[in-house]
Amino acid sequence: MKAMIELQNVEKEFNGQLVIPPFSLTINEGEFFTLLGPSGCGKTTLMRMIAGLEIPTRGEILLAGSPVSKLPPYKRDVNMVFQQYALFPHMNVEENICFGLKMKKVPLHEQQKRAEEVMALTELTEYRYRQPKELSGGQQQRVAIARAIVNNPKVLLLDEPLGALDYQLRKHLQLELKKLQKDLGLTFLYVTHDQEEAITMSDRIAVMNKGHLEQMGTAHEIYHEPKTRFVATFIGENNILCQGDYCYALRPEKVNLHDPAIALEKTSTYRLYAGVVENVVFQGTIDKVFVRLREKDFDLPVLMAYQYFDDKRRWRPGEEILVGWEGPDAVKVES
Amino acid sequence: MSRGRMLAYPAIAWLLFFFLAPLVIVLFMSFLQRGTYGQIIYQFTVDNYIRFFEPLYLQILGDTLFMALLTTIICFLLGYPIAYQIARLQRNWQTLMLLLVMVPFWINFLIRSYAWVIILRSQGMVNTFLLDLGLIEQPLNLLYNFGAVLLGMVYGHLPFMILPIYVSLEQLDRRMIEAAYDLGATPIKTFFYVTLPQTLPGIIAGSILVFVSSLGMFVIPDIMGGAKSALIGNLIQNQFLSARDWPFGSALSIMLAILSLILIFLYYKALQAQQGKEDSR
Repeated sequence: MKAMIELQNVEKEFNGQLVIPPFSLTINEGEFFTLLGPSGCGKTTLMRMIAGLEIPTRGEILLAGSPVSKLPPYKRDVNMVFQQYALFPHMNVEENICFGLKMKKVPLHEQQKRAEEVMALTELTEYRYRQPKELSGGQQQRVAIARAIVNNPKVLLLDEPLGALDYQLRKHLQLELKKLQKDLGLTFLYVTHDQEEAITMSDRIAVMNKGHLEQMGTAHEIYHEPKTRFVATFIGENNILCQGDYCYALRPEKVNLHDPAIALEKTSTYRLYAGVVENVVFQGTIDKVFVRLREKDFDLPVLMAYQYFDDKRRWRPGEEILVGWEGPDAVKVES
Repeated sequence: MSRGRMLAYPAIAWLLFFFLAPLVIVLFMSFLQRGTYGQIIYQFTVDNYIRFFEPLYLQILGDTLFMALLTTIICFLLGYPIAYQIARLQRNWQTLMLLLVMVPFWINFLIRSYAWVIILRSQGMVNTFLLDLGLIEQPLNLLYNFGAVLLGMVYGHLPFMILPIYVSLEQLDRRMIEAAYDLGATPIKTFFYVTLPQTLPGIIAGSILVFVSSLGMFVIPDIMGGAKSALIGNLIQNQFLSARDWPFGSALSIMLAILSLILIFLYYKALQAQQGKEDSR
């Protein structure tokens, strides 16, 4: 696999304050790579440094093997889809799409040809003469993507491109974007704070917190084998069980709920604890059941578990309950 | 609803009394005749308007239009970079700079014009300085010529250009610029393809303000231009104060107002057409 973007000990200071401590990362060609983290974790700054909109204080950025950190944004072979799209309001859809080609002095007939292709791909042909303000949010978003990919960039940078859209459309466009990336074979660097979005779309995810890298891996690894407490709680829901110096992350879907009246056959790795149902929250496909454990040595007063409806059991607050899980399902994390 | 309308009555009355009424009086006056001793004879005539088309007055009108146009262009060329730089400063510095742009308004325009006379006259600051340095042997003629009037006009009208352009630059979305860079536009191309078109409303507003108030200006040519350069504003002023021909002065005022309106309309149409052309391309 060829490295497309390499960050080598990239650092960024704003007004003498270090916002990104030395950061290294390699993104491979054709990969859908996501920077995931809460707002203010430095993921956007990192992306802006790759685009050339911010200059790293120290360190080097390699794009397809050549150093680019001294190059201005207009000389870098990457394109960005901005958070609120930043479409040019005084140009129509087609002019917006052709802007990059025009700036690079691509011959007019070539501009036309490529714009046609991209508009067909993004289903914008019928809107070509519309002004951006005459388009819906989803259409504007497609223009922003078309305007970027028409330049055949080495990497497409996407800064929370779905953040401004409503939930249904976002779900739909997540799959569309993923498909587009596969079809084009393009390297995508995606920035989001939405862990669900990251898991749905990404080949690999880098979870960031306070400027540094918490964990990097496939969506599967990040979800099932969180290395730190931050990753365990930021992605999906987790119970953090601490005993002394050790902490374990236990997904609520791994917790089984048992009626104390019914006898159980336990395996050697199965853990079983007694408790009282404290609260039950209806969530559609599941009930979220909060259980107050009798055991005090976990440093966790209330354990969360999912009760799926196919089990046909509705728990009520105040009921006596037994919670159990397979030992290996509790993953050891750094606190 | 009716209560809301009642709240507007004082303002409407104010406008009627102080704005519309004088205009009607001037319009009425422009169709009257002047008596031998400057009194007004209440007899209908259009002679005042016919007189306007005499070569002498057309010449003055031409000079005035030329001066106003030149003032507008120079104000734009100077004002845009200034507004651009102010808009790039940090918040508190922006406030300070805008204050500095507006400070001259606190001083009477007449006094500021005389200040220029003090600076530029033959025993003025500039000439004294240059003479003392030995760079010149005779005082330069810096006053009472076309250049002096133009300088005064640009000086007086520059804030009217800077402020609206600053506002439109301030409203410009910073990410537009970044998007242009990202799409391969150099800073210069970004300016011409993105910044300039998007600040067009500010440029239009500033140009109209400067152009219209230049057309009617009489203080600057009077003080800094001496007797030689008369603009239409001076002509009107003379009709009312020296020549005591109020009807002709009124006709000139009405013509100037109509002309301004036509020019603004054409300017607006031209810009709209320009934008329309860009849109359909």
